[in-house]
Amino acid sequence: MDIKHVAKLANLPLTADEEKRFSAQLTAILNLVSQLQKVPTKNVVPTSQVTGQENVFRDDKIETERILTQDEALSNAKKTYNGYFVVPRIFKNDH
Amino acid sequence: MTIDECYQNIGRIADKTNAFITVISKAEAVKKMQHAKSFLSGVPFVLKDSYVTKHIKTTAASNVLKDYLPQYSATVYRRLEGAGAILLGKMNMDAWGHGGTSENTDFGPVKNPWDLTRVAGGSGGGPAVAVVTDCADFAIGEDTGGSIRNPAAWCGITGLKVTYGRVSRYGCIAYASSFDTVGPTARTAQQCARILRVIAGKDPYDATSSNKPVPDYVGQLKKPLGKLTIGWPKELFGEGLDWEIKIAIEQARRELEKHGIKIKEISMPLFSYGVPVYYIIAPSETSSNLGRYDGVRFGNGRENFTSETKRRIMVGTYALSAGYYDAYYKKAQQVRTLFIKEYAKALSECDMVLMPVNPTPPPKIGELINDPVKKLLADYYTTSQNPVGVPSLALPCGFTRSGLPIGMQLVGKMFSEDLLLQVGYRYQQATDWHTRKPKL
Amino acid sequence: MKITPIIGLEVHVELATASKMFCGCPADHFGKPPNIQTCPVCLGLPGALPVPNKKAVEWTIILAQALDCKINLISKFDRKNYFYPDLPKGYQITQYDQPFGENGKLGKIRIRRVHLEEDTGKLQHEGQQSLVDFNRSGVPLVEIVTEPDFRSVEEVDVYLKKLQRIIRYLGISSADMEKGSMRLEPSISLSNDGSLPNYRVEVKNINSFRFVRMALEYEIKRQQKEPHIQQTRGWSEAKNATVPQREKEEAHDYRYFPDPDIPPIRMSNEQLAIIKEQIPELPEAKLTRFVKQYNLSQYAANILTDDKNTADYFEEAAKLSDQFADIANWIINKKADITTLVPAQLVEQIKKSQTAMPVDKTALEQAIKTVLSANPKAVADYKKGKTAVIGFFLGKISQAVKIPANDMIRTVLERMLNAR
Repeated sequence: MDIKHVAKLANLPLTADEEKRFSAQLTAILNLVSQLQKVPTKNVVPTSQVTGQENVFRDDKIETERILTQDEALSNAKKTYNGYFVVPRIFKNDH
Repeated sequence: MTIDECYQNIGRIADKTNAFITVISKAEAVKKMQHAKSFLSGVPFVLKDSYVTKHIKTTAASNVLKDYLPQYSATVYRRLEGAGAILLGKMNMDAWGHGGTSENTDFGPVKNPWDLTRVAGGSGGGPAVAVVTDCADFAIGEDTGGSIRNPAAWCGITGLKVTYGRVSRYGCIAYASSFDTVGPTARTAQQCARILRVIAGKDPYDATSSNKPVPDYVGQLKKPLGKLTIGWPKELFGEGLDWEIKIAIEQARRELEKHGIKIKEISMPLFSYGVPVYYIIAPSETSSNLGRYDGVRFGNGRENFTSETKRRIMVGTYALSAGYYDAYYKKAQQVRTLFIKEYAKALSECDMVLMPVNPTPPPKIGELINDPVKKLLADYYTTSQNPVGVPSLALPCGFTRSGLPIGMQLVGKMFSEDLLLQVGYRYQQATDWHTRKPKL
Repeated sequence: MKITPIIGLEVHVELATASKMFCGCPADHFGKPPNIQTCPVCLGLPGALPVPNKKAVEWTIILAQALDCKINLISKFDRKNYFYPDLPKGYQITQYDQPFGENGKLGKIRIRRVHLEEDTGKLQHEGQQSLVDFNRSGVPLVEIVTEPDFRSVEEVDVYLKKLQRIIRYLGISSADMEKGSMRLEPSISLSNDGSLPNYRVEVKNINSFRFVRMALEYEIKRQQKEPHIQQTRGWSEAKNATVPQREKEEAHDYRYFPDPDIPPIRMSNEQLAIIKEQIPELPEAKLTRFVKQYNLSQYAANILTDDKNTADYFEEAAKLSDQFADIANWIINKKADITTLVPAQLVEQIKKSQTAMPVDKTALEQAIKTVLSANPKAVADYKKGKTAVIGFFLGKISQAVKIPANDMIRTVLERMLNAR
């Protein structure tokens, strides 16, 4: 595993020590889970959830009960300004 | 139990066991008491600290959320409060549910009341400790791969992992969304039935919650058992299982047979793939679920995750990443399909399956913490049910010679909690393992 | 050597549902104070779960059907994982491999897919910090992706206008560029032989049809001079140019997987048929019918069908009177205020203006023709938009036919002026 690359994708700031330690541990974990390669799964449909449900919707209605006031919304933020959450300057980027 | 007794016990055990992250002030609890008049009027309970409680600190046992005061409450908490139950505390656990020993916590490892040098199990170690030490009548845990059953077994109480979708997950801090289940843990199956009656059912805020009618779990307990067959998967009682646990469960098997229950040997050849399936899908989902913890709207930065959590995020990110998705994530979801078939087959030959909860008695604190792989294998018996969704009831069934609790589990068909509880109730009428209390 | 631009388009449209995609917060976020329309779900609080908005799903399917897409009978929502401060959950709920609609077309442009997702919050930049507002977070957003089928800027323009009209006809979005409810991302490359090049340049941050044209024209020129590399650029209004956006150090890896919080969506052919019935007559079909049924010019029919309200108004009036040309003319030229005047009143006014005219129609038309021919400069002025010359013409005509100027004379005059 390319630890630096994966940590970057995961947005995890790892220390040099962690990178080193995890490297061996993650390899061991991946070896363990790789046992699965032994199970034949040709033409087996993957299962991503087991609810057995389909078409669960809500009606298009405004629901005031759960709406937070601006103060509530911001109440756990480290930094706010004039009703906004504040983060260090982000340069325009795309997604 | 009275609120007074509970607070006495909390005072006695909280520091010794690290079970509590937050204790609600007695004045606050008593205040709620006066308004209560309902199904669970005045019944004291605690929540695993993975449930958001409005204006009550909720941490998921992580420094990332150590000061977090939620702006809303989980459905399960609202339902219990609505039924008159009184919240006394928020319980320690493996941070985010990541672990089976409650050592992966930023609030100190939870200690087992039967032997304070040993782990209480996890991830819901705190809730189990609270119940076995009489700090509350019941606790709400959250089971993703054994997090209710494992500590219940290692602490000597009853724990119910419900069918996926039976209880709303709204407000339950997500670990692995397609595995997470919300359920009760208490001394007895009877109490679990009482709690489940209140918390089960459709929630419009959780699209995966089931709209199947909620049976009268309590009323069903005393009904005649009828003709029942319990499956005995022989390969699960072989190598790797502690001999004392094996003997205890064999004894329980004989007890069940006395009640006219037929035991039938079955085979579950894929069972041992439970751990790899679990350790691919759960980290994958958690890598995504924990994406929201960026320290902007709430909480502290991502560097505050523990090593165990970081490892799981890394594994999951890797399993979903370009080039590895098919070999890991997709492969695991395919084997998951095979698991579902395997369980369906097993449960077509019997009404429920009896198996161990833990391969060993509770290990010493620190014993597993530096060996992630060994730690994974400790979850051998409890990880394969969650990918399938089936319910499972963990019941105390004995003690080791050194006085550590032993548990077993009954795994049933989807939405068969009523039957599991009925058998559990019957078993507990005839045994007293669940009534024993640690001397602390 | 002939150079052909190869252009594809991604269009994002915010749906005009009352509530957001996965929660009950109001979807209308334009111009609101920051962070007043959020809840645990769209703010991505711990433990919150999404429940999809039924109307948003139906509207996406309607749009996909209107664009001749094949509708997937089983669809699902997926998570697209990436980190950005305007994305509260660390993932966007979108559709990856089973979108609601695929393989459609609009005119000769092939539509690759139509899918539904949630919008992000909004970032604004101030000094050394960026400010985040989550009012827009979770607003339903439909993405319409074409194949790289455009071969000229003109084709893009025509497509966008058609698409905007269809969306407005369906009543599913204001498709208002200025409010950001319609957003455009063209990608363009140049080909020497008409085959698909192995690179493309995406242009982001475009908020008007005019800027799409300008950006594409700019790129066509730029790419003829500069090396052909895969790139993301942004449109800079200030520079009137596209500028390279900061390159990502690594390629995107969004780690899509099915969202476990949302059960799949299954549609039967019967359900799809019912949804399809809700699709009104679309602009293209209406235009053709107007020309045929009401004997209107292409020009008049085009204006009348540009927006559905006007078209409906015309048809209401046309039920009451068979003077279709006059009704059209009054609506188009007179700018009869159709918001205050009901169709019956309009028809009444037209009739009155006609009975007030004791003059033979042929004689009138002859007189107008003479006046217009005698005053080419005034006609030219009119064409330039100087409508004041109407008064001058009316005076001359009135003298010629020996009756005071009236609405009918004015109507005929305008029609003839416009026809010149």
